[in-house]
This record gives sequence, structure tokens and C-alpha cells, in this order.
Amino acid sequence: MRLRFSRKALCIPYVVFLLFFVILPMLTIVYYAFTDQNNHISFLNFINFFSDPTKLSTIVYSIVIAIITTVITLLIAYPVAYILARSSMKKKYVILLLFITPMWINFVLRVNAIRELLNWIGILGEANYFNTILGMVYDFLPFMILPLYTTMQKIDGSLYEASADLGAGAATTFLRVTLPLSMPGVLSGITMVFLPSMTNYVVSDMLGNSKVTIIGKFIETYFGTDWHMGSMIALILLIVVFLSTLLTGGFKSEENARGANL
Amino acid sequence: MNKKAVVLKCLKGVFIGFVLLLLYAPILVLAVYSFNSTNTIGMWGEFSFKHYAKLFGDSAILGMIGNTLLLALVAALLSTVLGTAGALGMFYYKKKAKTVLNGVSQIPIINAEIVTALALAIMFVSIGIGKSYFTLLIGHMVICTPFVVLSVTPKLKQMDNSLYEAALDLGASPAKALFKVVLPQIIPGVISGFMLAVTLSLDDYIVTSYTKPSTFNTISTYVYNATMKGNAHTAEVLSSFWALTTIIFVVILAIVLGANLKGIKRKERKK
Repeated sequence: MRLRFSRKALCIPYVVFLLFFVILPMLTIVYYAFTDQNNHISFLNFINFFSDPTKLSTIVYSIVIAIITTVITLLIAYPVAYILARSSMKKKYVILLLFITPMWINFVLRVNAIRELLNWIGILGEANYFNTILGMVYDFLPFMILPLYTTMQKIDGSLYEASADLGAGAATTFLRVTLPLSMPGVLSGITMVFLPSMTNYVVSDMLGNSKVTIIGKFIETYFGTDWHMGSMIALILLIVVFLSTLLTGGFKSEENARGANL
Repeated sequence: MNKKAVVLKCLKGVFIGFVLLLLYAPILVLAVYSFNSTNTIGMWGEFSFKHYAKLFGDSAILGMIGNTLLLALVAALLSTVLGTAGALGMFYYKKKAKTVLNGVSQIPIINAEIVTALALAIMFVSIGIGKSYFTLLIGHMVICTPFVVLSVTPKLKQMDNSLYEAALDLGASPAKALFKVVLPQIIPGVISGFMLAVTLSLDDYIVTSYTKPSTFNTISTYVYNATMKGNAHTAEVLSSFWALTTIIFVVILAIVLGANLKGIKRKERKK
């Protein structure tokens, strides 16, 4: 009997791939998170994590750094996106591209460029937290501008006119028309910047003189010493990320990272 | 236009220009000093191609660049085939199965890279697979393939499904109909998925460092390791990266602006 060709069958390799290289690794860290060195089931990692003040303070530090980075990025990106989206300039597309272009240069080389610049100014190794945040803002700015621009571009221009006709001033129009309508872009920009600023330890290592420990670095150090605790922290991070994704309404493909659909 | 509007417009322009300047400052400084004879930024010796000569004369660095490019191409190609087939198959699934599959497919996108990297590395060790080019390739495919699926799926939704049925009615085999009718309709999504996969792979540090064999280096891991070691020898190595950064920057700028300006012109002509 000849097997009937089915279009669904095309999916089989990808399903197998996902099972082996996405699901199985996740199950592996769940296993390690809830076992001890003797492979017995244990909740000690979980309890230790939440009862160790040094661990908790590292997490809090990391979250604070991520919040500051995200807020600064948003404060810079929002006016940029707003000006570009509302501009009637013919070549504004080129300017938007100029903001996105640095994303295509290798990430580590870009961080290295800032490192050289900071070294020249003389604050490399002096202001570790400042340098880390500066580097993160610099590196993640395009990820914030793009979703903001995409959302603002979709706002119907006649709404601004209507708002002005009905007697609203510039401030009122901004607060009651622009801001609420651009919220989806703000949210997806925040999710795209916040998570890397908690976990991408390349920036904090290279610019923070290895003195700034963010959650990502924290997990990395446990990879060398204690897989069980490392897996537990990774698992907690995973759960937090998924809950926040659910809250913010999931990942939007049209606001794809790197402007693939630009 | 009144005076206030003119001032406002100027302010906007100045702001955009200022942010762009900040964004490009580090790269431009490196680009300028890549033509300098000293190894220190801020200390101008004389105009020289020394750093470029060093870059192209160092077989270790050239090999590493070759590795990076080859890995990106192979990983992107495999991810594109796997992801396109996956997106196609998924498209014809029933709603429930589709939702579940889509959710799983997005895990590597939403997840922090360090979690993906750690989970993969621990799993490979647990089942006794040593780090090799194979594990590195798998690592890159895990981060690239979901993005291919993500860029192909919207094209499938826009596709006219009756054309496939028509091809079958006219006697084409399902495979032929797929290649001659379906694929041409989704090809823009496939291409942008491939491009995205290439850039993701080129850019990656964390997953690479967790899945690569110890002797293998990409640009990312090489530069990171050289920077973190920080001794006298690395100053020599690091200054050759100025040249590398400049070359990459110029190439990228040419490709991005060139391709997109061409696209805009074509659109304008159509109008």
C-alpha cells in the first residue's frame, strides 16, 4: 500500500526537532531543579533560592538595572518614533533604517566599540553600573524604536485633527489619543528590552568590568558549579517570562525583532 | 507656517540627529582609529593600514571569520528548510493542535537566551553527547527556526488556497503542486526568514558559547574572550577588530541602505 501524501506530514521533522531540542531540554532543567546531588527528588534548591539574601539581592539588583535601562530606552525611543511616525518627510524611511542598521553589526563587536570609547573617556572600570546601563540602552534602543514606530504609524491621522477640532490642546491630544493608541507598541518594546537587560551578560561583563552580576550571569556561574541551583534559577526565570508574556498579550509577529518585516 | 512651528520642526530635527550621532559615535570613532598606527584610541600616530594588514595577515582571525560565516549559512539554510516545511504542515493542522504547536515553536523566541543555552547544554551532557559542530549547529537552529516559521506563516495566511486545489484537479501531483504553486506564493516570507536566520546566527554569543566545542570560535566568542582576558597581547588583537568592525559596518550600511532604497524606488515607479 502506498502511503498517501499529506501536507501535514511536512511538519513531522519540525515536531521531532521541537520535541528533542526544545521540550526535552526544558524537561531536563525541570528535572535538575527539583533533584539534589544524589538525584533524589528535593525542594531544597527552591527553598535555598528564596531564603538566601545574597541570591535575592542579586536578583533585585538585576531587576533594578533592567527597569532603569528600559525606562531610559523608552524615554529616548518614544520621541524618536513619534517624530518619525508623524513626519511628512519623504525620506523618513531612510532615517528609520539608520536607527535599525546598527542591529545588523555583530553584537559583541558593537559592545566592544562602546568599551573602546569608554576606555578613551576614562570611565571604563570606574563607573561599572553606569557603563552597563549605557551599553544596554545603546544596544537595545532599536528594539524599542521599531515596535513603537510600527504602532504609531498605524494611528489614523484624522484622529489628531478631530481631537484638535474638538478643542483639545497638544498635551491633551497626546495624553488621550497618542499615548493610549501607542500602548501596544510600548508593551512589546518593553518586553523586548526588559528581558535581555536582565539576562544578556555580554554587556555587563564587557562594560561592567565583571563587577556587575545580572541574573543571566548568575545562571552562568552556576553552570560551572551547581547545575541543580542553576536549573532552578533558570526555571524561575522561565516561569516569570511566560507569565509576563501572557499578561502582555503574547509575542506579535508584525513587530518582529530586527525589522524583518519592515 | 508660523515661527513657533518652524522652531519646533528644527528642535525635532536636532533631537533625531543627536540620538543618531550617539548611536553611531562608538562605531565612527573605531572607524577613524582603524586607520591609525597606534593601538590606543585617542592617541593618533599617523595614517596607516596597519590594523587592516594585521587583520588580513592573521590566519587564526581569518579562519574564525570564515567559521562564523559558514556556520551562519549552514544553520540558516537548514533552519529555513525545517521552518518552512514546519510552517506549511502546521498551517493545515486543526486549530487546537496548531495552537499547541505554535506555542511550543515560540518558546525559544520568548525565552531568555541563557535559559535556552543552559537547557540545551545540560541536556546534551545528560544524554552523553559531547560538544561538537553538531551541537553548535543544533543550538543555532533552535534560535533561528522559530523566526523562519514566524515569517513564513503570515504569507501562508495570505495565500490563495484554491490554486493548490486547482493544480491537483489539473493532474499535478501534491509534491509538484507544492513546489510549483504553493512555494512561489510564500517565497518572500521564506527569503526574509532566511535573512533573519543568518543575522541571528551571526550575532549570537550566549547559545554559541554553551554549545560550541572548545577549539571552535565565532567572531562573537573570539572577541568576547579576547576582551575578557585583557593583557598586553590582547591590545594588539583588539585593535585589529577595529578594522573588522569598520569593514562589517560599511558592508552592512551598503547592503541595508542599497537594498531598501532600491525597493523604495521600485515602489515609487509602480505608483
